[in-house]
Amino acid sequence: MKNKARKKTLTKILLYIGRYRFHLIASLILCIITVASTLYVPILTGRIIDLIVGAGNVDFSLILPILLQIAVFVGITAVTQWLMGLCNNHMTYLTVRDIRADAFSRIQHLPLSYLDQSPTGDLVSRVIADVDQFADGLLMGFTQLFTGILTILGTLYFMFSVNAIIAIAVVVITPLSLVVSAVIAKSTYKMFLLQTKTRGEQTALIDEMITNQKVVRAFSMEDEVQERFDEVNERLEGFSLRAIFYSSITNPATRFINALVYACVGVVGAIIAITSGGISIGQLSAILSYANQYTKPFNEISGVVTELQGALACADRVFELIDQPIEFPDKSPAQSLDHVDGSASLTDVSFSYVPEQRLIEHFNLSVKPGQRVAIVGPTGCGKTTLINLLMRFYDVNAGEITVSGQCIMDVTRHSLRANFGMVLQETWLRSGTIRDNIKMARMDATDEEIITASKATHAHSFIKRLPNGYDTVISEDGGNLSQGQKQLLCITRVMLALPPMLILDEATSSIDTRTEQRIQRAFEKLMTGRTSFIVAHRLSTIQNADIILVMNQGNVIEQGTHEELLAANGFYAKLYQSQFAA
Amino acid sequence: MKTLFPFLKPYRKECIISPLFKLLEALLELFVPLIMAAIIDHGIAASDKGYVIRLGFALLGLGLLGFGASITAQYFAAKAAVGFGAHLKSALFAHIQRFSYTELDRIGSSTLINRLTSDLNQVQTGVNMTLRLLLRSPFIVFGAMIMAFTVDSKIALIFVGLIPLLAAVVIGIMRLTLPRHKEVQGQLDRVLLGTRETLTGVRVLRAFNKEEDEIKQFSEDNTRLADMQQRVGRLSALMNPLTFVLVNGALVVLLWNGAWQVELGILSQGAVVALVNYLSQILVELIKLANLIVTITKAIACANRIETVLLQEPSMAETPSARAVPVNASESVCFDHVSTRYQNASDDSLTDVSFRALRGQTIGVIGGTGSGKSTLVNLIPRFYDASFGTVAVGGVDVKEQSTEALREQIAIVPQKAVLFKGTIRENLQWGKQGAADAELWEALETAQAADVVKGKSSGLDEFIEQNGRNLSGGQRQRLTIARALVKKPSILILDDSASALDYATDAALRKALREMQSPATVFIVSQRASSIRFADLILVLDDGELVGSGTHDQLLQSCDVYQDIYYSQYPKEAI
Repeated sequence: MKNKARKKTLTKILLYIGRYRFHLIASLILCIITVASTLYVPILTGRIIDLIVGAGNVDFSLILPILLQIAVFVGITAVTQWLMGLCNNHMTYLTVRDIRADAFSRIQHLPLSYLDQSPTGDLVSRVIADVDQFADGLLMGFTQLFTGILTILGTLYFMFSVNAIIAIAVVVITPLSLVVSAVIAKSTYKMFLLQTKTRGEQTALIDEMITNQKVVRAFSMEDEVQERFDEVNERLEGFSLRAIFYSSITNPATRFINALVYACVGVVGAIIAITSGGISIGQLSAILSYANQYTKPFNEISGVVTELQGALACADRVFELIDQPIEFPDKSPAQSLDHVDGSASLTDVSFSYVPEQRLIEHFNLSVKPGQRVAIVGPTGCGKTTLINLLMRFYDVNAGEITVSGQCIMDVTRHSLRANFGMVLQETWLRSGTIRDNIKMARMDATDEEIITASKATHAHSFIKRLPNGYDTVISEDGGNLSQGQKQLLCITRVMLALPPMLILDEATSSIDTRTEQRIQRAFEKLMTGRTSFIVAHRLSTIQNADIILVMNQGNVIEQGTHEELLAANGFYAKLYQSQFAA
Repeated sequence: MKTLFPFLKPYRKECIISPLFKLLEALLELFVPLIMAAIIDHGIAASDKGYVIRLGFALLGLGLLGFGASITAQYFAAKAAVGFGAHLKSALFAHIQRFSYTELDRIGSSTLINRLTSDLNQVQTGVNMTLRLLLRSPFIVFGAMIMAFTVDSKIALIFVGLIPLLAAVVIGIMRLTLPRHKEVQGQLDRVLLGTRETLTGVRVLRAFNKEEDEIKQFSEDNTRLADMQQRVGRLSALMNPLTFVLVNGALVVLLWNGAWQVELGILSQGAVVALVNYLSQILVELIKLANLIVTITKAIACANRIETVLLQEPSMAETPSARAVPVNASESVCFDHVSTRYQNASDDSLTDVSFRALRGQTIGVIGGTGSGKSTLVNLIPRFYDASFGTVAVGGVDVKEQSTEALREQIAIVPQKAVLFKGTIRENLQWGKQGAADAELWEALETAQAADVVKGKSSGLDEFIEQNGRNLSGGQRQRLTIARALVKKPSILILDDSASALDYATDAALRKALREMQSPATVFIVSQRASSIRFADLILVLDDGELVGSGTHDQLLQSCDVYQDIYYSQYPKEAI
């Protein structure tokens, strides 16, 4: 089962690499040339040594052409080696680029139900860190695995062609090297697992504490936090030391076997030379240099194998993301939702995030064009859920939602969303200039339009006072702007787009009432003739709504105008009166 | 880099032992060609099998000794590297703990997290590899040269010519690639930011139908990254071929000259083989060195980034003569002509604010967005420093107090309700270490959070997930208020922390705060007039200036801004 999954991952990797098959094939051919000519140099050197027998016994006329040959082969090796490096780089980095691009565009099409459940940090580390580690493994694999295997094969070939007995002696010792590294790898694995686990624990702690460093400072908890950190850190230190040390035994161990092979070749070769003269000094020298090169790839391959295993594990995590099922696609052919009159209706709508936990059930609502619908109720009562459904961030389990008479399941998501202007409680701005952030709503907006919209929302005055005005670059998540300023920018964004319907999710909760009053006036202008859905805590902002929905535990428990609801003296009335209590 | 060296100091012994044993191993390796030459020149030439076998055992012995030396070296290298990494990490974490809000704002938490995790790991690997290999490779290179001199001083001159050339290639390529590696890292940060943002802003991006634009933007950044990586790769890929050409060029020269020396009877055949062996040892070491250099280059880049954080001094140094605070002063908080400006901001956030709050009073702070309400309260526990004027707590300038003692008596409930992974009890005990359950319940009652905890099956032992994901916004907010109350502070700051509470709970909270046994000076920052209406002193801020201060009734008479705010929320009373 595990092998099957591994195979699947490998197939996927090969599919990605397959796009660069020209480079792959070129790399393999170059690799063969490089290895062959590298290995041929010792043979040539050996021939020259055989020509240098002793004083007065050196044949320069034969040496010179061989020296030229060496020069040529060295030249070829250098060029092919460099070209091979280029091919491998190209292949690796572009494959990584492709995988990242696929992962990123998959994110754009994943359902929110998946994204809401997955921690952002985890997804980011899949797209960035995991792909990086995969790239490292892949590059190392290409440069070392193929060269390594080819070198082993080539060396064996040349050794056998020079002297079979010595070659056999070498082959007999080889498995020892494999056994030793296998034994070490096994005992290392357990430590690595412990190290990885503890490191994960530490990263989680770092993530939590550093992100909320201000709270730590406010409670003077620095020492306690440090203590917790050091405790994990010390544990990690112990595991890391053992993991790193165990794994670093592999190298000396294989090198020792290398020395064994070398001694063996030297002694066996010398004895053959003495007893039968079946090997010349030059050939012995060539074989000795092979004996050095022969075990080196084994060292490397054992390293590459661990690296590749890590790379595979990382690839798995990325592919898991890429293979997530995307949102239910638009109906085909889906219509485009144009010329919206602003009416909306919900008929017998039921929805819940988790099947076991019932939330909205058999909900009905009819909104006429231009009406203002306010939704109030305690936190967690399902207010934002309605917005998720209207925008089709989530789809209903049962029932039907129509906008302008058309079922929203029958139209494209894009055309549906283009008709809504949304301001969320959690402001979101991207790194970039203020202008870019506002323009997000309408890329073709002119500077004047942007300024007009900013003036309408009273954002202009504070933007003007920023160091570079509209060109001020804000960092991720709004950086130094206050919560209210961020909110104002988000509202300005919608103001610029002027969509026929509005969704305001507690949009004004972190803006003071004075600013809000100004915004309210601007919204008033914006809302004329536009259907709007307002989720708010502050009852003062929704008193003149056409319909107020009072929600509790997923259900609409009251529905009516402000006056009607007050007269009914129910939940809403109690809520309203409480704001005047001292 | 320099700042990081002291962290290696406790491992001085390891840092010396490890390379020493590595050198021992290298030294043993350097004898191998000589023994081989002896086998050829004496063993084979004299047909002495016993001699050959004896020397064979000598080779084996060298191998075994080398193995022992190498393992010793690996152990001490790992110990030094891991110990160094752990110490540095702990110190870096501790350093970040000392950062004031100003540094935290500027550097940003994602950068800090990266420094603590991936950068630190890279540096640790770098130290490990450096200890193991950095000395070994040059040692073998120079050792091979010296051994060549023992064989034949004339031919050894080839080695003397070769080594500077090799050094030039290695250092030259390193020089060229180091800055480019930095650029690649910067671009990778961009790609990371793009990925993060698309996830954090997914709702907004989809609402604006930005999916395709996002993909396009990402594809640009991503492609640029791949291009940059390839460009660096092209340079790094030169290392092996160039060194290969140099070493083998030297081989050709060596063979030609060796042939002459042998012809003249100065050298033996075995000696030439030995010299060739030394050359090939140099080549093998160079390949290792090239890989090592890539690792070290990366590690240095990471080390420099860590250093930047370590060198960032907390902008708020504690006064050495910090004195304890007189607890009984009747004056709680006093601002005297205080102005503040955030780093890199062009305008003051607070301008010339003065007021006096007496012990036990409730102070309301109200004003427009960006009017400086949060800034004002953040000055009291000295999260930021005033640029001009003085902030005094308990009658003493906060800059003259020890920050710890100052914050001991102040509890702040921030706008963003943050809870940590752990039980509810653990979270509440942030306010006071080892607080008893009775104290916790008292705080919970006051904060209107008792029913939240009672509603949980495990009560105080209920486990809170990271960021309090398994609680609603209002529940989190009430728990953060309780956490502050557990501290029994003499100053309590509610920085707009009741915004997620409904009016009824908000009112009940304020009532409970007033009825506390040892009443604290309470600062309530709010946008709701109802929250601050009954405060002893209301501070009205507008664009960083204090435009009004007094009681509700006084302000309704005299302060335009306050009237605006109040009547916008109570339209009926305006009539």
